[in-house]
Amino acid sequence: MTTPAGDEGRKDLQDRKVGQETMVGTVPSDGEVARDARNPSIATRERRSTTLTPSGETPYLVVEDLTVKFPTADGVVSAVNGLSYAVPLGRTLAIVGESGSGKSVSSMAVMGLHDRKRTRITGSIRLGGDEIVGLPDSELMKIRGDAVAMVFQDPQSSLHPLYTVGNQISEAYRVHHKVSKDVAKKRALEMLDLVGIPNPIRRFKQYPHEFSGGMRQRAMIAMGLVNDPKLVIADEPTTALDVTVQAQILDLLNNLQKEFGSAIVLITHDLGVVAEMADDVLVMYAGRCVEYGTAEDVLARPRMPYTWGLLESIPTVSAASERLRPIKGLPPSLLALPSGCSFNPRCPYKDRVKGERCITDLPELLPVDGAGAHTSRCHLHDKASIYEAEVAPRLG
Amino acid sequence: MSKTVRPVDATTGGTEPALLQVRDLKMHFPIKEAAGLGRTKKLVQAVDGVNFDLKAGESLGLVGESGCGKSTTGRMITRLLTPTAGQIIFKGTDIAQMKEKDLRPFRRQLQIVFQDPYSSLNPRQTVSNIISTPLRVHNLVKRGKELERVQELLERVGLNPEHHNRYPNEFSGGQRQRIGIARALAVEPEVIIADEPVSALDVSIQAQVMNLMEDLRRDLGIAFVFIAHDLGVVRHFCDRVAVMYLGKIVEQGTRDEIYGAPQHPYTQALLSAAPDLGTIRGVPPKERIRLVGDVPSPIDPPSGCRFRTRCWKAEDICATQEPPLIAQAKSGPGHAAACHFAEPKVDLTAATA
Amino acid sequence: MLYFVARRLVSALSVVLVTLIATFTLFFVAPTDPAAAICGDRNCTQQRYNEIKRNLHLDRPKVQQFAEYTAGIFAGRTFETAGVKQKCPAPCLGFSFKNDRPVYETLKTRLPVTVSLVAGYAVLVLTIGVFVGSLAAKRRGTMGDRALMTSTLVLSSIPYYIVALMISLYLTILYPILPRSGYTPLTENPGKWVAGLLTPWLVLGIYNCTQYARFSRGSMVETLSEDFIRTARAKGLSDRVVTYKHALRSGLIPVVTIFGLDIAGSLAGAIFTEKIFDLPGLGNLVIDSLNNYDLPVIMGTVLVASVFLVMMNFIVDIAYSLIDPRVRLA
Repeated sequence: MTTPAGDEGRKDLQDRKVGQETMVGTVPSDGEVARDARNPSIATRERRSTTLTPSGETPYLVVEDLTVKFPTADGVVSAVNGLSYAVPLGRTLAIVGESGSGKSVSSMAVMGLHDRKRTRITGSIRLGGDEIVGLPDSELMKIRGDAVAMVFQDPQSSLHPLYTVGNQISEAYRVHHKVSKDVAKKRALEMLDLVGIPNPIRRFKQYPHEFSGGMRQRAMIAMGLVNDPKLVIADEPTTALDVTVQAQILDLLNNLQKEFGSAIVLITHDLGVVAEMADDVLVMYAGRCVEYGTAEDVLARPRMPYTWGLLESIPTVSAASERLRPIKGLPPSLLALPSGCSFNPRCPYKDRVKGERCITDLPELLPVDGAGAHTSRCHLHDKASIYEAEVAPRLG
Repeated sequence: MSKTVRPVDATTGGTEPALLQVRDLKMHFPIKEAAGLGRTKKLVQAVDGVNFDLKAGESLGLVGESGCGKSTTGRMITRLLTPTAGQIIFKGTDIAQMKEKDLRPFRRQLQIVFQDPYSSLNPRQTVSNIISTPLRVHNLVKRGKELERVQELLERVGLNPEHHNRYPNEFSGGQRQRIGIARALAVEPEVIIADEPVSALDVSIQAQVMNLMEDLRRDLGIAFVFIAHDLGVVRHFCDRVAVMYLGKIVEQGTRDEIYGAPQHPYTQALLSAAPDLGTIRGVPPKERIRLVGDVPSPIDPPSGCRFRTRCWKAEDICATQEPPLIAQAKSGPGHAAACHFAEPKVDLTAATA
Repeated sequence: MLYFVARRLVSALSVVLVTLIATFTLFFVAPTDPAAAICGDRNCTQQRYNEIKRNLHLDRPKVQQFAEYTAGIFAGRTFETAGVKQKCPAPCLGFSFKNDRPVYETLKTRLPVTVSLVAGYAVLVLTIGVFVGSLAAKRRGTMGDRALMTSTLVLSSIPYYIVALMISLYLTILYPILPRSGYTPLTENPGKWVAGLLTPWLVLGIYNCTQYARFSRGSMVETLSEDFIRTARAKGLSDRVVTYKHALRSGLIPVVTIFGLDIAGSLAGAIFTEKIFDLPGLGNLVIDSLNNYDLPVIMGTVLVASVFLVMMNFIVDIAYSLIDPRVRLA
């Protein structure tokens, strides 16, 4: 069946495989692809193994003790409770959690996007040293889209259906730059090209419905990056996309970060995406951070039963035919959080803690090994040995 | 490579007769497009010649990206859509073009569970009502015994039987999906078509629902056609897997064959694109194939092999001759791929996909 | 886009043709014999009756009559009454049975009145209605929003003609706060044109404004919760730009749809309004000619009104496609 030419093509692939370790970021944009027709690129992202805050400099984004509450007719919804994290330039923090864990709500607060009449925000959010909690809307407007940009989940509904893509991108540029329409258009074309949209001049004049899902998300990214933001918040940027397109978009985000050195906050529920993208990981449950550390720490040496539960819920290769071990029960209502540890009603390990501490005391977010940057919120004493002895073997 | 090749016959392996046989199934949706002053009619070839068999108690996964026709196929099998052409042979009877009144007994045996647990349950009916309606329609329970049966079913899917007179909005997403499954179970079906049953659910809830479906399969011997885009979920649940691309099955085989030694370039790309949790635990990074561009429009699919526009192996023959879905040189029985240059490739699969 | 306009135009013209046939059929299926109506009841001899029939070409085959009628509209035609030739220049819609003047002459003086009325109405509902609605949507839940929504509910539950009559009676006659209604052509004296139509506009406009406000509020509330509005805010656009550029454009789509349908209703409303405010428009004309059984006038009015409607819908369609580019593809 195979022709000689087919073999050749395959050899080509394998040749590349040999050199893959060094071929970071070789994924071509579609523009390049036009020349190198159809050849898939083969790339592996290098793991950036560094500590939580690499150098002595202050991280670009510092969130401290952030609390977001929504008063409603049924009571006060505590969406985020005492959240703290930091993201330096050039690094990616992934915030992981299920729906209702507060991961999106906390990032909307960083953008200042909450309706201030319906929201109570306390704590501190500092961008490049400047406090933004409590800033008037007129000041926040200057930051939104300029220093901080957001890429949303569903590019279909997040782009305005009635304006051309080019119009929307140049508008984003002109909000923060006093330039003529022509200059903004030039900038928009540049951005479309940068994110790998072929034929930018024609695409500039098209409407979102004329784009495919992947192209729309590229346009969305182009719009977010048009002002060279120092911080990009990507809220489930690939959840609405197909898996082959998802891979393209993740590569794009990675490459752009390398080029521009911006800080990225990546909100996702997909641990696979986290493993590929994140330097640091923050696991949220019921509005609180329950585990925080580098990606290696959290995914390879997790120290919190909820994180274990998430990892065990994913079907794995080696245990493909075995039963999954889901976390029992449902996430708690944010109107009435359980006393003590919010995870205690679902936690299979709570009996191993002496007394009723899990039900009475909220565990502190403490270093897992007594010191260091990897922290978790759990009363268990022997987290490391439980994980190694019981959980890790099940993960395969 | 004549068109008369019946590929699936080659893949059917054993001698046990299949419960459900799908033969050359097609669904072409006509659409109207403005062209000049008039309109032209065009066809969306959503499904274009799909063949597979499903044995009793077996679970077949249909995988593919959006627009590949997997959901349309599911809807045709349950006859929510009437196919343009082809046969759906259920226990020896072709139901593809059957009239509504003759269909009724078959409807009972072929049930569907939908993706979105929020929109697929009538918000103005109680759970009891939702589940007992199919019971009444098919005369499966004596008068007065409905509630008993409803409670039994609720318990079976892991819900509190006392919640039978609540409304769907009082339940969470995972619980609603359980209600949807209870509704399907009510009529004691032999086949359940599960159309992305867990993709709208959170990870921890997803695992709960997956386990429930496995129990049902094991305890009740129900056969599943499991439609999903999530490769990990399919691998976990399905004995056999069919990979679809632009309305056609491009590769079909057992789970181990598809995930262990995929032959079709598209399957290979799909498997290698899934994010990999393994690298972080020290598993050496796998080779990655990055497809470029998007899936072409099913209105005007590429000639020959439909995947050729994104395929790195494509040559002239791919544009002129459509590769049939047949067993390839190095594959086991029942493993078929539709590619001129099929070649097994191992070690693509992520530790967790 | 050009093709889109052309396609719409073709379909608009076909609607006019259908209306033409329908009105003409009406002429024959009507319960009264037109010749007998002209002839009168008392001194109508058989000979005079036949003569009228012949003069009006009523004795000819119906298809031929229709062809003559249609040709008359474009080329004009000549009637012969008792040896006297009467020229009816194009566009000829026949002569009135009552005053023997060409129907078109009458319509020419009446149409601008109704058009002025409806145009003013359209401007009022589309500007004030939509503006108030958007404002309410932006501040939903506040006192102002609730007051507005309550008042629309109250106002829309009183029948229109009562509101119109009361205002006409109290505000223009008993306590003349508003100018008396009347019609002066715009070309003659724009000031008087406005003054004369002000009261009917306000009555018709404000009454319906509330509906439009309510409707656009609902549409805007929905639009403001869309994802692309969040995107617009995330870009750093001001609230004003977000509301009146990004949200209003999509929020307008259902309003425009309703407006297209409502224009027909506003013509019907014009009959009341013209009667109550004594304006010499089409509405009044139609009532008079119905009373007199003046068939050519009725036919002419229906035809003109339907052409007007088709034109308005054509404009709405085009407006729709300008707002929403996706429509052009359909």
